[in-house]
Amino acid sequence: MTGGGGAGSPGQVEGSACEHCLRRGMLIGLLAARIADELGSARRNPSAVLALDDERLVAALAGADKRHEAQRFLATFEAAEAEARVLAAGATAVCRHSIFYPTRLLQLPDPPAVLFTKGQVERGFATLARGSAVALVGSRQASPYALDMARELGHGLAAAGITVVSGLALGVDASSHVGALEASGFPVAVLGAGPDVVYPRANVRLHERIEAKGLLISELPPGQRPFRWSFPARNRIMAGLCEATIVVEAAEGSGSLITTDFAQDLGRVVGAVPGPGGWARARGSNALLRSGAAVITRTEDVLDELSGIGVRRKDHDEEDDEGSPAEGGGSEHAVLDALTSGGGVDAACQATGLGAAEVRALLARMEDSGCLHRDVLGGYARGSP
Amino acid sequence: MRGQPDAKRALEIAAAGGHNLLMVGPPGAGKTMLARRMPGILPPPSFSEALDITRVHSVAGLGGGALATERPFRSPHHTISPQGLVGGGARPRPGEVTLAHRGVLFLDELPEFSRPALEALRQPLEDGRVDIVRGQQSVSFPARAVLVAACNPCPCGKAASACRCGELDRARYQRRLSGPLLDRIDMVCQVSAPPAAQLVDGRNPAAESSSGVRRRVIAARAAQAARLEGQTAACNGEMDTATARRHVRVGKGSRRRLIRSLESGALSGRGHDRVLRLARTIADLGGRERVVEADLDEALGYRLVSPELVAV
Repeated sequence: MTGGGGAGSPGQVEGSACEHCLRRGMLIGLLAARIADELGSARRNPSAVLALDDERLVAALAGADKRHEAQRFLATFEAAEAEARVLAAGATAVCRHSIFYPTRLLQLPDPPAVLFTKGQVERGFATLARGSAVALVGSRQASPYALDMARELGHGLAAAGITVVSGLALGVDASSHVGALEASGFPVAVLGAGPDVVYPRANVRLHERIEAKGLLISELPPGQRPFRWSFPARNRIMAGLCEATIVVEAAEGSGSLITTDFAQDLGRVVGAVPGPGGWARARGSNALLRSGAAVITRTEDVLDELSGIGVRRKDHDEEDDEGSPAEGGGSEHAVLDALTSGGGVDAACQATGLGAAEVRALLARMEDSGCLHRDVLGGYARGSP
Repeated sequence: MRGQPDAKRALEIAAAGGHNLLMVGPPGAGKTMLARRMPGILPPPSFSEALDITRVHSVAGLGGGALATERPFRSPHHTISPQGLVGGGARPRPGEVTLAHRGVLFLDELPEFSRPALEALRQPLEDGRVDIVRGQQSVSFPARAVLVAACNPCPCGKAASACRCGELDRARYQRRLSGPLLDRIDMVCQVSAPPAAQLVDGRNPAAESSSGVRRRVIAARAAQAARLEGQTAACNGEMDTATARRHVRVGKGSRRRLIRSLESGALSGRGHDRVLRLARTIADLGGRERVVEADLDEALGYRLVSPELVAV
């Protein structure tokens, strides 16, 4: 199980982190709070610190008190014990020497030594190795338009067989994941906390769904809370995993722009969804477009960027047209269209020709089947919360 | 096609069963106008109800002493104090909820009302009565009114296409409404802007008159009165849990459906009783002795989700 530095066994993912990498991963967890102090205002680019080797990292970060602890940790590290801790959290550690480690990630100047993961681990890494992946990122405090676009793109890309990667934050991130889930895709979330730590709490259900249907990835060991530096660090992993990074909506100075900076440095595709002119909330994403990012207004635009105009890859004929179970009948479609285009229940009555009583009953059934959910004030949106 | 079908249907059900209703729609959609129709679709007051209304109004110095022939419609401004809403003062005077007794209490811009005022309203709406204690004495005022409340869908109040509220702004706005208030509300409906032709002509030729709706409401109320004879509740909205469970029987499929909703957390215990009462009223409007699955589905369609269940 604790292969001393070699690759993990090809058949299964368990134990595919070597001792040295695992020690490094745990060290990052141990020093996480000190990294925050050290980086201070430079936390938007944690690479300077994360690229240091173990001894230098300890020397650079740990204060006198902490240094002894860290050195003792390095000297007395027991791989089996650490592995047991990871397993106890239901997580799996995969190090950069493992055949499962995504090769695209190795192009980063400071690839994480270990990825701590939860969910469909084996299938997840196989998916990332084989197919295309696209990161959908954007602000937490997003406009309804951006949320719709994120969901639409997440849905469309997943339906086209592309792995949708995002950061499981509120707003654009959450909508992107939900869209991918709706298309029965394989959602990948890269977290700023340990893979078993739900942050923010509001995303607890989404966290569970991604664990069940997809893959949760983190550089921090299980149980580790997030730090301000760990989000930019997470962003570099997203950029590294994906062939393209799309910003759905970002204000000036938004964290999403950190992801695109990393993507640009790696020579990957960067795209943005245009937002209304003069709108502060979209100033960052619009600035990206001005500096030459690809204009993304629909799923096809992303596919064109990935494989050339009009060219479609072939590896995704499986789950193409599979919608949610209740989206079969004509009325359901008309109701969904009416609701998502901004009309309410009245518009749905008009579109279907049904009375309010029938439409309300239909809405309740659609909600029951999970293709709709509603907010406190009875407003409807696609999918389950 | 008639305009605003959702709100009209919801008002009819609210009137037929005495259920409290929240209307959500952009400013100018006509929420107040719709609410004002409510007294006209409720059954005309019986003689004893007319006496009740007149008695309360004469205590407050309203109505000029003549016997009331219509149900009251009270719409206090959102700056009202808790005392103004439920009654009080050195010499206790009835508040708005008492003046709305046997009629309609309309709270426009619901989130703007102060929390203490809304908190004070909770018990009267539950008991149909306000108790004011002053030293050694206590005064009791009747307060049995249908609550109709209205609010905008989001803080900016614009239509969905022009709304630029962030997700967090909306979540905050909705959270403000939670707790004391939404607790007392039985159903929520949407009010869209009325069709342009109706605005130009001032009337909608295809619209149904209030008296037609009122006929159905009266029939539904008669069915309830027969079923609830000898009970304290006069209509479905006033049934307590035990009464509701005794009188509202649902079929096997509906039962499974309710159990599933309870287990998944989509429905709370309180929400479950509320849906049962609502489904009973919908069946009464349809002239059905049994509640069928479509009634239950429609009732579920108007229910409120509690804010804890909503991810933000």
